[in-house]
Amino acid sequence: MAKLIKPDQESSIGRFHSKELELRGVSRRDFIKFCTAITATMGLPFSAAAKVADTITSTQRTPIIWLHFQECTGCTETLLRATHPTVEDLILDMISLDYSETLMAGAGHQAEAARDASIKANAGKFILVVEGSIPTKNDGIYCKVGGKTALEIVAEIAPQAAAAVAIGSCASWGGVQSASPNPTGAKGLHEITDVLPIINLPGCPASPYNLLSTVLYYLTLKKLPDLDSKGRPNFAYGRLIHDNCERRPHFDAGRFANQFGDDGHRLGYCLYKLGCKGPETYANCPSIQFGDTNSWPVNGGHPCYGCTEKGIAFTKPQFEQANVLSVTPPQTFPGIVDEKSGGITPGAAAVAGALAGAALGAGAMMTKKMHEADKEANSDQANS
Amino acid sequence: MNIERRGFFKVLSVGAVAAGGLSTALARTKKSLPPNAVGILYDATLCIGCKACEVGCKTFNNMPIENTTVENDFGVQGIWDSGQDLNSKTLNKIKAYRHGSGTQRNSAENGYSFVKRACMHCIDPDCVSACPVTALSKDPNTGIVKYDKDACIGCRYCQIACPYNIPKFEYDKAIPEIVKCEMCSHVLAEGGIPGCCDYCPTGASLFGSVDELIAEGHRRINLKSGQEYSFPVSALNSGERTTRPAATYVDYIYGEDESGGTQYLLLSAVPFEKLGLPKLSNKTAASTSEMLQHSVYKGLIAPIALLGGLLFAAHKTSKQHHAVEEGGQYE
Repeated sequence: MAKLIKPDQESSIGRFHSKELELRGVSRRDFIKFCTAITATMGLPFSAAAKVADTITSTQRTPIIWLHFQECTGCTETLLRATHPTVEDLILDMISLDYSETLMAGAGHQAEAARDASIKANAGKFILVVEGSIPTKNDGIYCKVGGKTALEIVAEIAPQAAAAVAIGSCASWGGVQSASPNPTGAKGLHEITDVLPIINLPGCPASPYNLLSTVLYYLTLKKLPDLDSKGRPNFAYGRLIHDNCERRPHFDAGRFANQFGDDGHRLGYCLYKLGCKGPETYANCPSIQFGDTNSWPVNGGHPCYGCTEKGIAFTKPQFEQANVLSVTPPQTFPGIVDEKSGGITPGAAAVAGALAGAALGAGAMMTKKMHEADKEANSDQANS
Repeated sequence: MNIERRGFFKVLSVGAVAAGGLSTALARTKKSLPPNAVGILYDATLCIGCKACEVGCKTFNNMPIENTTVENDFGVQGIWDSGQDLNSKTLNKIKAYRHGSGTQRNSAENGYSFVKRACMHCIDPDCVSACPVTALSKDPNTGIVKYDKDACIGCRYCQIACPYNIPKFEYDKAIPEIVKCEMCSHVLAEGGIPGCCDYCPTGASLFGSVDELIAEGHRRINLKSGQEYSFPVSALNSGERTTRPAATYVDYIYGEDESGGTQYLLLSAVPFEKLGLPKLSNKTAASTSEMLQHSVYKGLIAPIALLGGLLFAAHKTSKQHHAVEEGGQYE
């Protein structure tokens, strides 16, 4: 990895930033490693790592307005803890976080004024990040910031942003607040506004690397990543957990944990019977795990609860067995009719029929001839 | 021998009347379930196609791994895959029905469904009826159709008799045997349940007494589509249950009537004929063939009558013959 950037390419990283990294206790090697990893997460070739490194060290900082609505701030907290803190600092420095209730020093009307000023200055250029669901019942009075409801804030800011990222399941599709009976009428961002492109990054909390990758993808390639039908980046949400799970061989071999703490559970068997939602949940958890923990729920022995999927997390009971989506009969299942013993083909039938017909005809002719021969013999006898 | 056509038919009809007269009196009654009949209820709407049952079956019965086409074609071994159909190494098989886009689970249109094929353990098994040496027998208590390799003569009549194409023959062995599911009776004897049911994570293969399984099947059929139901897992009395919404069932339990009833029963949301299960009458071929044979040979009355007729005809003809010889005239 360290060999990826040759010494003569150091100028592409820039002297100033190299020094800045050193000041922050990050070696150049660590930094390039980080860039390569994030490039891999985005599904880009390794050769793009240099471009990513360029982008990260660029002095043009994309303004971000980060709004909190009905949520637990878990996504922000995860993001803060996800990476080596110094690199994370760097990312936040790179993206000019102009407004974030959790991270900014200012408060009250002063902070609101700073946000309005940033929006005015960067109209059409900034990225809106929304964390938390938006209440819609009773005109959305259940969530107010600075005297304005979440609905009003979105209506005001969304048209001026370049794009929006809905981070976490709450902003993506309503999250836990939208679970029945949904007293506040909580909804995801894309259900509220359609004036700007929205990238959904569901997860409870969302994997921080998916946000970092999405932001860097946008900054590097100046376009939004490919999205699936639910507005999620394909590079992160394109694959079924079940198909990439480290416990999958146990599923295929019929080895299941029947109870928490039983022998099967201790031996790391498949968690399907305990209600694992991996077979119907799309996310990259088995591939990149979660944050910097080198683990993820299924690795730790807890069934996936489908946090990225609307209608599964907070909706389906935790221990109800999942629908297995990936078994829509592929080639690996035999069909109903066994093709090996599939009877005779029409061609074979025709040949057999022709042979039988010929035999019948020959038989008939032979009988006739014998009869005639008999007659002749009889007449000969009579004549003699 | 100069037997007149007329005379021949006369004799023949005597025998037929003798046999026919007895047949109605000896019509074979439908066989009923043994007292402690055990069975398996396979619910295709619950099956997720994980093939754990196939693994369980191989494990419990100590069956060899098959050579799959992949292994044969590429010269590799230990592929985690199974063959295409039941054979002498595989006692149960998950097959898949697929139509159109194949996206809708439990739907005949543009959908898919799995089906598990294994011995049906008929109440009145054709294979047992066809077997000339009682190598195949039906357990009088549990109703499991068992195989005795020491009695088998290898005639393979059972293969031809079975309407479900279940018994398989070890063509590749010097001393071959018939291979079929025996519902893990060696495990049942120790208080266990069949491997397929033991391994099934969803309760799609469910073990229990046949009466209770039929009751459970009708309970499921009567569920509204989407209604939450607590499905027993592995066995009716295992205590383990899993709750999920019910599918829209076909209003029929396959095996309740088929060929006189079976102890392996199936439920599905896709019509059974699409899952490759044959449409059969509620009468077994065994009952028909046994009725005929047992009637014809009952007390050897019909054969004796036929023999008597033939003797009479022979006697009459020879008498005519003598008369002709004595008269010195030729007809």
